Amino acid sequence: MLEEIIIAGFGGQGVLSLGQTLAYAAMLEGKEVTWMPSYGPEMRGGTANCITILSDLAISSPIISVFDTAIVLNQPSMDKFGPKVKKDGLLVYESTNIMTVSDRKDIKIFGIPAAEAANKLNNTRVANMILLGSYLAKKPVVKIDSIIQALSEVLPERYHHLLPLNRQALETGLELIETVKVQ
Amino acid sequence: MEILETKLMKGNEALAEAAIQAKCDAYFGYPITPQSEVLEYLSREMTVRGGVVLQAESEVASINMIYGAAGAGARVMTTSSSPGISLMQEGLSYIASAQLPCLIVNVNRGGPGLGTIQPSQGDYFQSTKGGGHGDYRLIVLAPNSVQEMADFVFLGFELADKYRNPVLILSDGAIGQMMEKVVFYKRDVVKPEKSWATTGKHPHRERNIITSLFIQPEKMEQVNLSLLKKYKEIEANEVRYEEVNAKDAEFLLVAYGLSSRISHKVVDLARHKGLKLGLLRPITLYPFPTKRIEELVPQLKGAMTVEMNAGQMVEDVRLAVNGKIPVTHYGRMGGIIPSPEEVLEKVEEFISNI
Repeated sequence: MLEEIIIAGFGGQGVLSLGQTLAYAAMLEGKEVTWMPSYGPEMRGGTANCITILSDLAISSPIISVFDTAIVLNQPSMDKFGPKVKKDGLLVYESTNIMTVSDRKDIKIFGIPAAEAANKLNNTRVANMILLGSYLAKKPVVKIDSIIQALSEVLPERYHHLLPLNRQALETGLELIETVKVQ
Repeated sequence: MEILETKLMKGNEALAEAAIQAKCDAYFGYPITPQSEVLEYLSREMTVRGGVVLQAESEVASINMIYGAAGAGARVMTTSSSPGISLMQEGLSYIASAQLPCLIVNVNRGGPGLGTIQPSQGDYFQSTKGGGHGDYRLIVLAPNSVQEMADFVFLGFELADKYRNPVLILSDGAIGQMMEKVVFYKRDVVKPEKSWATTGKHPHRERNIITSLFIQPEKMEQVNLSLLKKYKEIEANEVRYEEVNAKDAEFLLVAYGLSSRISHKVVDLARHKGLKLGLLRPITLYPFPTKRIEELVPQLKGAMTVEMNAGQMVEDVRLAVNGKIPVTHYGRMGGIIPSPEEVLEKVEEFISNI
């Protein structure tokens, strides 16, 4: 198994933590992982992204230019990374924020209204976990339980009351993707 | 070794945690991107678990605090990034002359000048050829993973003590910022006795003096000669490198740090296409694996360094090759990281022109 993912959006949308949680969960399942964030000027007020790689074998380059999967949360990221998904790859995007979607026919594209669904869960900040759930529905690279365990190890104890909400968000994402059409 | 814990950490955090586990007595530093996590982590953790953490007023102050504390026999470390490391060069020259063990970490960013906060390997010359004034060398270790950011702290302190010489870990912004799995092992960290340290005059021994001032030329030359003797010993004993598919290679990439990770992927891609490409990754940049390159030359048709700079290590490769095969360099600057596909294209171009 080798899965190379780009996750991108505005700073504050939980882009880096989405990748980090996924990487941590994969590590808990015994996989090799790298998580490479953007930390430059684009972090300061613009878009943030991270390259997350999961593999059964040792990972050579943590920096890559084409991806098996892109999870994008804003329009600039759609425009930038839509063309960088490998043929037959997967593109999951946040559909309440993104108006113009890649017109590629050689990849699978799913629009998930994650911000809207997060609103319904009364916490807009779990939109990233909803998208993670949707992604895992299509590519079950780690178990949901591992994600929750990762969160419980990464989050300080004072936030542990949010774990059930995060599980709910992941499950919402898993279900949501079955209701949207492949584009 | 028995595993203590396995964590997902940034390179900078792993290095900081390793410093605590390696029983570093004191850390002096000044924040600068992309390595501020080291100071943050140590301020939070080391102050509780034992050790001095002090944010100095500048990098000039940090390195001179290192000079003083190392002279008093403490195990000491400072970290910074390129512009800050430039400020430290005077102090480093003094420390090298006074033969004090300490660990310096440069999380390299793009330059010259204040440059950019993005990753670079533009400080190779500064790290390996002196940097400060006078005839001296640092032992330079180049980690290419988060695991090695931790491991080389232990190794760095060990080598610093063994040779009474400053050791530099030359990393870069990407290795510092990226997260990977890192395993910490249960280690018996032993700090050697330092009979030369200025810990107060005891009646049963002569005064210990730490200085870098030797006014008489004859005395100065003796110091120079003893440094030279030490560097020869380091060159004989401490060369470290790693190879990927080098044994049957016809073409060789030479790369360190982040570039070596990218080059590893380039080798995989090239082998897939039937190209006999290999990789030599220097782990110690000083001492440089000159001899190993000499050994490989007869089987090679050409060599290329991949560096995130304008071509610095390529000079050391050319010296080792000594004109026997063509040597070229490919690099990106300004904080831009070359992609494996881009490097492979340059490799193919190079090969077709030989």
